[in-house]
Amino acid sequence: MVNITINDQEYDIEEGKTILEAAQAMGLEIPTLCYHKALSPYGACRLCTVEIELNGRTMYQASCQYLVEEGMNIQTESERVVNGRKKMIELLLARAPEAEDILDLAYKYGVKDTRFLKEFDDVCILCGLCIRVCHDRMGFKAIEFINRGIERKVSLPFEDFHEVCRTCGSCSTYCPTGAKAVQLENLTHHTPRPILSEFDQGLATRPAVYTPFPQAVPKIPVIDRNNCIHFQTGECKICQDVCEPDAINYEQEDEIVEREVGAIVVTTGFDPFDPNRLPQYGYGKYPNVITSLEFERISSASGPTEGEIIFPGVTEIKSAAILHCIGSRDENTNRYCSRLCCMNALKAANLIRDKLPDSHVYEFYIDIRAAGKGYEEYYQKMLRSDIRIIRGKVAEITNIPDLPEDEGRLTVVAEDTLLGAILRVPVDLVILMVGIEPKKDARDLAHILHLPCTEEGFYNEKHPKLAPTETVIEGIHVAGACQFPKDVPDSVAQGESAAAAVLSKIARGEYITEPTKAEIVDDHCSGCRNCIGLCPYLAISFDEEEEIAKIDSALCQGCGVCVASCPSGAIIHRGYTDKQIFAEIEGVLER
Amino acid sequence: MTEKLKLAFYWAASCGGCEVAILDIDEKVLDVVAIADIVFWPVAIDIKYNDVRAMDDKSIDVTFFNGSIRTEENAELARLLRAKSKTLVAFGSCSCYGGVIGLGNLSSKEELLHRAYITSDSTDNPEQIKPQLHYKEVHIPDVLPANYALDQVVDVDYYLPGCPPKDTLVWSAIEAIASGNLPAKGAVLAPNLTVCHDCPREKHDERTIKEFKRVYNFQPDETKCLLEQGLICMGPATRSGCDASCVSVNMPCRGCMGPTDQVFDQGAKMISVLGGLIDSDDPEEVKEIVSTIVDPVGTLYYFGVSKSLIKQSGVKRR
Amino acid sequence: MVVTDEKTIENTDWEPRIVGFLCRWCSYAGADLAGISRLDYPPNSIFIKVPCTGRVDPTFVLKAFADGADAVFISGCHLGDCHYIEGNYKTMRRFEILKETLKQLGIHERRFQLTWISASEAQKLKEFLTSMTSSIKELGPIQLPILAPLQKEDKQDD
Repeated sequence: MVNITINDQEYDIEEGKTILEAAQAMGLEIPTLCYHKALSPYGACRLCTVEIELNGRTMYQASCQYLVEEGMNIQTESERVVNGRKKMIELLLARAPEAEDILDLAYKYGVKDTRFLKEFDDVCILCGLCIRVCHDRMGFKAIEFINRGIERKVSLPFEDFHEVCRTCGSCSTYCPTGAKAVQLENLTHHTPRPILSEFDQGLATRPAVYTPFPQAVPKIPVIDRNNCIHFQTGECKICQDVCEPDAINYEQEDEIVEREVGAIVVTTGFDPFDPNRLPQYGYGKYPNVITSLEFERISSASGPTEGEIIFPGVTEIKSAAILHCIGSRDENTNRYCSRLCCMNALKAANLIRDKLPDSHVYEFYIDIRAAGKGYEEYYQKMLRSDIRIIRGKVAEITNIPDLPEDEGRLTVVAEDTLLGAILRVPVDLVILMVGIEPKKDARDLAHILHLPCTEEGFYNEKHPKLAPTETVIEGIHVAGACQFPKDVPDSVAQGESAAAAVLSKIARGEYITEPTKAEIVDDHCSGCRNCIGLCPYLAISFDEEEEIAKIDSALCQGCGVCVASCPSGAIIHRGYTDKQIFAEIEGVLER
Repeated sequence: MTEKLKLAFYWAASCGGCEVAILDIDEKVLDVVAIADIVFWPVAIDIKYNDVRAMDDKSIDVTFFNGSIRTEENAELARLLRAKSKTLVAFGSCSCYGGVIGLGNLSSKEELLHRAYITSDSTDNPEQIKPQLHYKEVHIPDVLPANYALDQVVDVDYYLPGCPPKDTLVWSAIEAIASGNLPAKGAVLAPNLTVCHDCPREKHDERTIKEFKRVYNFQPDETKCLLEQGLICMGPATRSGCDASCVSVNMPCRGCMGPTDQVFDQGAKMISVLGGLIDSDDPEEVKEIVSTIVDPVGTLYYFGVSKSLIKQSGVKRR
Repeated sequence: MVVTDEKTIENTDWEPRIVGFLCRWCSYAGADLAGISRLDYPPNSIFIKVPCTGRVDPTFVLKAFADGADAVFISGCHLGDCHYIEGNYKTMRRFEILKETLKQLGIHERRFQLTWISASEAQKLKEFLTSMTSSIKELGPIQLPILAPLQKEDKQDD
């Protein structure tokens, strides 16, 4: 431990620390630019310079590099120090007059302008952060300072592209000038592959360490192993250095946890309809044809555009079209109604009108389904607004304009079935209200859980009215859109109902099942194994010792397939015995 | 033993195989003779029908009756022997279930005679002569309109199925009769399990086939379940007692032992088994696979048409 | 040669009797709906409820014919929609074999049918029953090529 004084306050500091580290540990702020906790100190920007008095001598040193010594008296904000800093800022400002980090510093220290000649072409401040992160942490050594003096600059070895660059992008991420100085396309001939944010529907990028979405439970960042440099080269580990609670663990593996449970609630949700299946709407072809989910992110204040409805290549949104029933109520795709898109479409129209008051919004619908509390009222309100609600399915979206002034805009071709007229509406934005489909792997899960599905692949409840969350499999419940398209209120209601149903069964400690189950009469079973493969619930197994089949009555759901198939008549179906059904047949045919 | 048992054997519409099956017990036949007198056995002993008619009612202890009832003569003898016997045993599949001859019930009597005497390939009958019932004073028994199992004509006490019945079953039946240790009336004198119980072949839980085959199509694997190889083996729906004779020599079971006690219709049960084998979810493909079953009734009801639910419905209902 | 049942009697009083095996989840519920919806359909069919069409043992069908049914049908959930996952597929496979067998036993194929009716298809059930009943009326009463009973009075020990 060494005893030092910083700004007239005495501190005991661990030996071997730099002054900057000591000051930061004590909560004192020293401005830095070329310093990064994860990188070796470099002392390039000199912003962290402090006044040090030691053994009667005063000196000015970069605090990021100077180690603490016993009896040091340090001033971080003395007049001379601040004056020096201001001059440094002026010099930096001259090199990179538009870099935000530097402008922030200038504002903080009251530097209004620089007296030096502004340099707009070469904005690099030669802080070396990009080079240090590439060398020290990434281990690629793809970039380096070349030349000396005023010729010094960041460049590639021999100023030529080289294979070693992995386009990880950390150089531009660390650049204090906002990546203006190090641009990936100038450094590599690999195509940069930005990691697209799944939550933002691919409209924005995200880092390799990220929180999946703002309401994630648990709200903890995760490492995307496929994109994390550490998992590819073993280098980097910057997140581990900067994480103060030391929470980063690269050794953590995916784990399969086995739990014995008494009930399962299946809430696997849905997949949105893929509008690429309907090429006439030009999704993927025109950037301003978007899905309802993409619009949701664009219109969100926390979204990639911070709520502004803007698109690359579209200068002004004068009018927008909202297309209902994309992948719903359509003989060619899904015949059922996805239930929530009508209200979502009306909401989208409202949002556009709210954000762009001068725009026109057209809704193209088949029927408006506004069943739900307050929904009809909302629809009526929209009807009274100046949103044009047109009954008719859109035939096509085209970029061939009717009028020359609409060049570059999209044209919606539709029939207004109430007027019986063909409409051609020029718009700047098209929102496709995509329908709800079962998850792609819904049937795989159904196979694992032995759940019956509808033709489309939604899970079937036991009874639509009497047992809406139960399934025919005892102990397995369903809730939400995996059962059928549902909006949030309905999903919440069904989810709570499923939870309550499960809890009431768990509280009882035992299950009451239907008594109509199959049973094997041991003496009559010949062990032909005919029934075993037929059971959809794997309830029948072969007892190798007794050489007969056995039915697990907890798994048996009482369908009777095995009973009908037992060639020796050894299986009895309680409640539907052969005798009972024979008596029924005789009864109904009695003359 | 004060008095010897009186046994009778008779063959009705039968191939004669059952008669031979009685001798399959080999030297034990001497034990039979030691405890019993054979009072009537047309194939072996010269005793006339009138001799039987002269016997007192219930004077024969046990009659083993093989063959089905296809002619007036068969029916008359069945009734006669029923009257003269204390115990009547339906011996062999024809007697128990109508047998192979039962397949004739798919056609009318006239069609059968026409086929047999006029159109069959080996017939040389340019004058189209058919058997006459009366010629001068001779009367030939007529063919009945259909083929019947013994119990469709008279009451039967026990059934001893098999085509022919296995010697072990015959011997244990004789032992049971000799000792008086017989089960309740109407019982089948064979185990109430299926052939699969005795079958040594390897069986799997998941069995699927894309095509039904017949024995001449290929050489089946000797260790694997024949159904799994696409052969229609009646084993699962057929009573055991035969020691799985056919499947042991790589031939599928034909179902001669009939169904177990719990089963009402052997063929119907086999339909369920075969349905479970078909490996397709496509109705059209299923039809195609089913079309590879050549002659379903002849396969599933080889021995059982007379006693099948549908064919015997008239007997029961009217 | 196969003896088939043919239209032999023109009896004006005669009404066909049809037995239907309906699965509990789809078709029986569909029949319930037909009742609630006050749909008219011919009263010739009588339904027997089974948990799943997979429970329909071919024996039941034979039994119904043997007991005098003029026609039998099985109705279950649509393929892929079975409440017991795949029971109806098993029925479909069995049905084809049974149909071929019945044909050979002399039962016209129209007398044994398989259909898929969901709980919401009351109208389809009505249409199915109407067309099946009229088709069976056309065929006439079933004439099973049955065993004519022998003279039982000859039996001396009865």
